Amino acid sequence: MTTATEQTINEFTGKGYKHGFVTEIESDSLPPGLNEDVIRFISEKKKEPDWMLEWRLKAYRDWLEMEMPDWQNVNFHPIDFQKIIYYSAPKKKPQLDSLDEVDPELLRTYEKLGIPLEEQKMLTGVAVDAVFDSVSVATTFKEKLAEAGVIFCPMSEALQKHPDLVKKYIGSVVPTNDNYFAALNSAVFSDGSFVYIPKGVTCPMELSTYFRINAMNTGQFERTLIIAAEGASVSYLEGCTAPMRDENQLHAAVVELVALDDAHIKYSTIQNWYPGDENGKGGIYNFVTKRGDCRGDRSHISWTQVETGSAVTWKYPSCVLKGDDSIGEFYSVALTNNRQQADTGTKMIHIGKNTRSYIVSKGISAGFSDNTYRGQVKVLKNASNARNYTQCDSLLMGDKCGAHTFPYIEVGNSTSQVEHEATTSKIGEDQIFYCTQRGISEEDAVSLIVNGFCKEVLKELPMEFAVEADKLLAISLEGSVG
Amino acid sequence: MTTPLIEIKNLHANIDGQEILRGLDLTINPGEVHSIMGPNGSGKSTLAQVLAGRDAFEVTEGEIIYEGKDLLDMDPDERACEGVFLAFQYPVEIPGVRTTQFLKAAINAVRKHRGEDEIDALDAVKLFREKMKLVDMDESLLKRAVNEGFSGGEKKRHEIFQMAVLEPKLCILDETDSGLDIDALRIVADGVNAMRSKDRSFLLITHYQRLLDYIVPDFVHVLVNGRIVQSGDKGLALELEKKGYSWVEKEPAAATA
Ligand SMILES: Nc1ncnc2c1ncn2[C@@H]1O[C@H](COP(=O)(O)OP(=O)(O)O)[C@@H](O)[C@H]1O
Ligand SMILES: [Mg+2]
Repeated sequence: MTTATEQTINEFTGKGYKHGFVTEIESDSLPPGLNEDVIRFISEKKKEPDWMLEWRLKAYRDWLEMEMPDWQNVNFHPIDFQKIIYYSAPKKKPQLDSLDEVDPELLRTYEKLGIPLEEQKMLTGVAVDAVFDSVSVATTFKEKLAEAGVIFCPMSEALQKHPDLVKKYIGSVVPTNDNYFAALNSAVFSDGSFVYIPKGVTCPMELSTYFRINAMNTGQFERTLIIAAEGASVSYLEGCTAPMRDENQLHAAVVELVALDDAHIKYSTIQNWYPGDENGKGGIYNFVTKRGDCRGDRSHISWTQVETGSAVTWKYPSCVLKGDDSIGEFYSVALTNNRQQADTGTKMIHIGKNTRSYIVSKGISAGFSDNTYRGQVKVLKNASNARNYTQCDSLLMGDKCGAHTFPYIEVGNSTSQVEHEATTSKIGEDQIFYCTQRGISEEDAVSLIVNGFCKEVLKELPMEFAVEADKLLAISLEGSVG
Repeated sequence: MTTPLIEIKNLHANIDGQEILRGLDLTINPGEVHSIMGPNGSGKSTLAQVLAGRDAFEVTEGEIIYEGKDLLDMDPDERACEGVFLAFQYPVEIPGVRTTQFLKAAINAVRKHRGEDEIDALDAVKLFREKMKLVDMDESLLKRAVNEGFSGGEKKRHEIFQMAVLEPKLCILDETDSGLDIDALRIVADGVNAMRSKDRSFLLITHYQRLLDYIVPDFVHVLVNGRIVQSGDKGLALELEKKGYSWVEKEPAAATA
C-alpha cells in the first residue's frame, strides 16, 4: 500500500495511521512556471538525497536543449510549460455526505462498470462507512508484502528508505535525456510507485488492485520503477476503469521495469482519463514513456494495456531484450471515439540470442477519431534466432474515423524471423443483425462483437479487471452506432 | 375463428432502389407450417429478412400484423424477443465470441423482455445439452467462436439448435436444407418436427421439395418475381418438382388457391 492511499484513507476516516507511518501534509504551493529553483524546491520538499537533486537538474538542463517531438500522427494545441504548476500541496477534495451529492452521470457510469458502492464513495470523496475498515485492509496488505520481503511504496518514500536501490536503477532503463517528455518528467516528477521483488520471490498478490484511488493521487508527472530480482515475479496493475477527471491537461509519466535472470514482470494498464467532450474540447494529453529492460537471461516482461481515455495518447511501452532467451510481450486495445487521437504501439529491441517478442494490437476507432498503431521491431546483429510475431488489427465503426498502421522493421541478423500481419475491417452490419435477430440489443451486440475482437488482449488482464474492461469498452462506444 | 399469428398484406420492399417484393400477401395461423418455394432470386430471402427487420431493405408499401401488432414498427431485437426467429441461409461468423456467451446473451435478452430473471449458469448448460441432442450437434461447438470454422452442415444445425433454445413462435427457416446431406437433413427435420406445436408456426423457405418429404407442410406457396403466384398443399410441391418453375412462371399471376 502506498502512502498516498493511506493518506487518503486517513483523510477519509479522520484517523492517524497508527503504525508509525509519517506523512507530512504540506501546505504550500508554488506559482506556475519552471526553472532550477522550482526543481530545488521540489527536491527539498521531498527531502531527497543530494544526488537526486543533481539528477533532476541534469535532466532539466537536457530538456532545455531538446525540442518537442512532432512525428506523431496527432494534432494538439501547443503546451505552455510556464503555465503549469509543478508543485502543489496534495489537494483535499471537498468531502461530501452522501452519493446523492455526486454528479449522477458519473454514478451511472460507475454503476455500469459494476464498481462497489463503498468504492464509489471513495472515488468521489464521500465519507466512508466505519464498517468499511480500509485501514485494517491496508495494514494486512502491507504486512503480507513485508513478510515476503517485497518493497512497495511511493517513490518519495523509497528515495529516503532505499536510496541505494533507487540510485542503482532509476534512469537505467529510460535515461533522463531519452526524449523530451522523459527529460521533463525526470526533472519535475512528483511521485509514483517503487516496487522491488527480491530474489526468488513471487509477489503474493496483484499489486495496486486493492485501492483504485491510488491512481488518483499519482499526479501529473508520475514516476514508477519496478525491479524483479533473479527468479522473482510480479503482476502490477496501473489505473482504473472509473472515468478520471483531472484539471491538469498534460500527463507525462515514466515507467521503468527491470527484470533480472529468470524474472517475470507483468504490467497491466487501464487508462480512462477524460477524453474531452464530443467536439474534442478539454481532455487529457497523455504522453508516457514506458520501457521494460529484460536485463537477465530468460527474463520475461509483458505489457497489457486497455486505452480508452485521453484526448491525445502517445505511448509505446517497449521491451529491450538484452538477456539471452528473454521474452517481451505487448498486448494492446486502444479505443478512440468522438475526436480522440491515439498514436500507440511498442518497440521490441532484440539484443540477446534466442529472444522472442510477441505483439498483439487491437485498435477500435469510432466517431471522428484517429487511431494509429506504430511499432518498431529491431533485431541487432548478435541476436541470433530472434523471433517476432506481430498481429495488428483495426476495427472501424462508421466512416468518419481513421485507422493507421506504421510498422518499422529492422533485421540485422539472418537467422532471425520477423512476421507481421495486419487487418482492417469495418464492424459488420451482418454481424450486428445476426445478434439483434436473436434478441440482443444493438448496443449489446456491438459490445459483444468488439469484445470478441479484443479477446486475445482482454484475456491477458487480471481476472477482475477483465470483466470491468469489457464493460468499459461498451461504455466508451456508447452513441457510436445507430 | 382463430386470430392469425401473422398477416402480410400487399408487401412491397426495395433494396438499393430496386423493387424485390412486389405485393406479397400471406397469412399464417398458429400451429401452421407454410412452405415458400421459388426460383433463385425470386425474393425468398428478402421476405425472410424483411420479416426479421433488416434495415437494408426498405418497405415501401403494405403492412405486417404480428399478434395484432405492427411488426414493421419494431426493431429487430424486439421482434426476436416477441418470438420471431430466422434461421439464416448464410449464418455469419463472430470471431472471439464464444457460442455459449452469445447464446446466454440471447436468452437473457429474451427473458428480460418477458420480465424474467437471468438464467443461471447451470440451468443454461442443462438447457444447451438437452437442445443439442435434438439436432445431434457436437458439444465442442459451444466452446468455439460463433460459427467460426463451422462446416456448412454444422452452421445449419447450429441455427436449429438456437431456435430450439429460444423457443420462438414464428420460425423462419431460410434454405436450411441446402448444403445438408440426406442424413443431416433427416436429423434437422426431426428436430423441427419435434418443435411443432399448436402455437408455433413455421415458414420453410426452400428451393427443393426434398425437405418437404420430411417436414410435411400444411400449405405450399410459390414465389415468383416478388409475388406469390400459386398456393396449394403438399401436392403443389410435387407437381413443381415434376414440371419445374417455368410451369408456374408462365401461369397468370395471383392464382391463389
Ligand atoms: N443486398 C442486396 N443488394 C442488392 N440486391 C440484392 C441484395 N440482396 C438481394 N438482392 C437481389 O434481390 C433479388 C432477390 O434476392 P433473394 O431474396 O436473395 O432471392 P432468393 O432468396 O429467392 O434466391 C435478387 O435479384 C438479388 O440479386
Ligand atoms: Mg435465398
